[in-house]
Amino acid sequence: MSTVRTDNTQHLTPGALPSSMQLNAEGKLKHFLTIEGLPPLLLEEILDRAEQFLNLPNKAQNKAPILRGKTVMNLFFENSTRTRTTFELAAQRLSADVITLDIRNSATSKGESLLDTIRNLAAMHCDMFVVRHQHSGAAHFIARYCPPHISVLNAGDGYHAHPTQAMLDMLTIRQHKSCFQPLKVAIVGDILHSRVARSQIHALTTLCTGEVRVIAPRTLIPAGIEKMGVNVFHKMEQGLEDVDVIIMLRLQKERMQSGLLPSEREYFSLYGLTEARLKLAQSDAIVMHPGPVNRGVEIDSRVADGSQSVILEQVTNGIAIRMAVMAMVMSGQTGEQR
Amino acid sequence: MATLQIKSVRLIDPANQQDQITDVYIKSGLIHAIGTAPNDFLAEEILDADGLWMFAGLVDLSVYLREPGQENKATIQHEMQVAARSGITTVCAMPELASPIDTSARIQQIKEKSQAAKGAQVEVIAALTQGLRGDQLSNMSSLKKAGCISVSQGLEPIKGLNLLRTSMEYAATHQLKLFYQPVEHSLLAKGCAHEGAVATRLGLAPISHAVETTAVAQMLMLVEETQTPVHFCRLSCEKSVELLSLAKAKGLPVTADVAAHQLFLTEMDISDFNTLCNTLPPLRSERDRDALRQGLADGVIDAICSDHQPHDIDAKLAPFQQSSAGISALETLLPLSLRLVEDRVLTLDQALRCITHHPAQIINQPKGTLAIGQVADFCLFDPNQYLDISLSTFQSQGKNSPFFGWGFSGRVVKTAISGRIL
Repeated sequence: MSTVRTDNTQHLTPGALPSSMQLNAEGKLKHFLTIEGLPPLLLEEILDRAEQFLNLPNKAQNKAPILRGKTVMNLFFENSTRTRTTFELAAQRLSADVITLDIRNSATSKGESLLDTIRNLAAMHCDMFVVRHQHSGAAHFIARYCPPHISVLNAGDGYHAHPTQAMLDMLTIRQHKSCFQPLKVAIVGDILHSRVARSQIHALTTLCTGEVRVIAPRTLIPAGIEKMGVNVFHKMEQGLEDVDVIIMLRLQKERMQSGLLPSEREYFSLYGLTEARLKLAQSDAIVMHPGPVNRGVEIDSRVADGSQSVILEQVTNGIAIRMAVMAMVMSGQTGEQR
Repeated sequence: MATLQIKSVRLIDPANQQDQITDVYIKSGLIHAIGTAPNDFLAEEILDADGLWMFAGLVDLSVYLREPGQENKATIQHEMQVAARSGITTVCAMPELASPIDTSARIQQIKEKSQAAKGAQVEVIAALTQGLRGDQLSNMSSLKKAGCISVSQGLEPIKGLNLLRTSMEYAATHQLKLFYQPVEHSLLAKGCAHEGAVATRLGLAPISHAVETTAVAQMLMLVEETQTPVHFCRLSCEKSVELLSLAKAKGLPVTADVAAHQLFLTEMDISDFNTLCNTLPPLRSERDRDALRQGLADGVIDAICSDHQPHDIDAKLAPFQQSSAGISALETLLPLSLRLVEDRVLTLDQALRCITHHPAQIINQPKGTLAIGQVADFCLFDPNQYLDISLSTFQSQGKNSPFFGWGFSGRVVKTAISGRIL
């Protein structure tokens, strides 16, 4: 179990589809790489499990012994504060030993390939990798080539997926709206460069959400996005009409330099979430944002801090979701080994 | 041996409307006679080829030799033998940044290695600009004297349309055809997958159709103005086929090829981040693939090439965007081309023309046909044998083929270069 495979020809045989790769023979999670292809009941199970962790008394003091004796390695090839911290906290609250490596500045900058880095870390006998990487598909890549007893959790890969973020958003929505079927959900902003949006879309459609909308200028909408089951809007006012949930995405400054947008000011004037625009949505609509928030760029401060904002609840839910996923993959892993 | 008789073979030579069971007589490396033996012919060796097909050796318009410079990926010695065993008797070496082929010495060196390899013969496509850096014309006159058959900028960008235009004029001055791979680099950016639902779902940076089609359109205008001959390499889009079709109807001096894998694989094949399917141009939509097939059938696309790009294993062991593009393809060129016949896309005649006679015409070499007096570069093919493409049977040093697990009916049993059976 502890031997590290070095079969370099493995990639020459057809691999499993990412969606099936993350489930063991009994259909339980053993990796968490993407929402795509996961059955709705499994998503519900993650949410239920997270609810249980949320309802534990004295969360911070009482550690659940679920991951006692296990080692979790946080591998961050790209910077992150929120995701990294919540993963660390989640692992600690499950009694795991946690090591966080900021790999940006170490191995890869010395020319070591991703595969070598992973094999070296795997040789240190850990049980779980939490991976954030700037390239799409990196988590799948690692899951495919690391030893089978290690579970891989995707903490964001390129523009591809950020499944735990999507699940914490689903938890937040469920807490406020209870049921997904009648909901209209709008995702606003840079869909093109957003792994969060892609994972949210998969999660929302898997949970049978009534309508999922994406709202952005044409330059920030990737080709063929409607095939993921969303309706595309270019006008904020039309897109927000009667929605129950508004998810705002962060706008990166690079988008102005690469010619996708003229200026932050023009973006805010067209797509910024203001109190006036919020009124177009249902009166009990909730406002979400995966953070970090650019006040005055994608969202007005009064909305971000307003009564309909659930942005901080999302952060709290993030820890519970990550605890749930870690607990589930570890039991999926043990189930497999039996 | 000096003389060879091949008995009762099915000789298929589309260039001369030949398809019959006959005897072929070879003398001094040339096709000496077909049918009945000339009176003075004395066969030193007789090969009974009952049940076998004989057709001209394949002419492959695009192979990346990797040598000199990247012998960890492939060597001329080994790959040219693999090519010959796969039915290919002539390959055109593409210049690339790591081995730009921009000096006479480099051409000489490649030619010498190829002769020593005793495999497929190498024709050299030299660099259009010095070091392929795209800013200064290469010494085309001396490159031509050293024996290059054409010039190309390969996959590297050229700095400005003015230089592209003058390079065409200068190449034409030396009767060198330009091999042009249409890529608009300013639109390519960091793209690595066909723009569409699959790339969007996987979060891979997209490569739009326009990356290719704007380059094709632009080049066609330059061809119209300068009337210099240009060969378009590795088409991948439906719209490119349309543009080429119009240009040919106008009588512009243009030809085109497509890589064999583009006729079978699509964007769907990267769904599992399969780096073996990372290619440039990228695998496109099914609609594009069908248009490329139709383009071949209609004669808009003239040739099928392997676009052989062998890699070491590590080059593909990385997240998709970080993996190197390209497929190791010598061994699948003939099987895939013949699969088009099974799929009723092309007739056997058309398919063979696309890999023998047409590419030979494009490089203006007296090859790709088996008429009397021609060089006896040919292969003997057994249509009743089964060819299994798998890691264990793959011979190229580059194991990066997405076709492992594919089976084909028919395989090459013997290849001859200048009448000498390898």
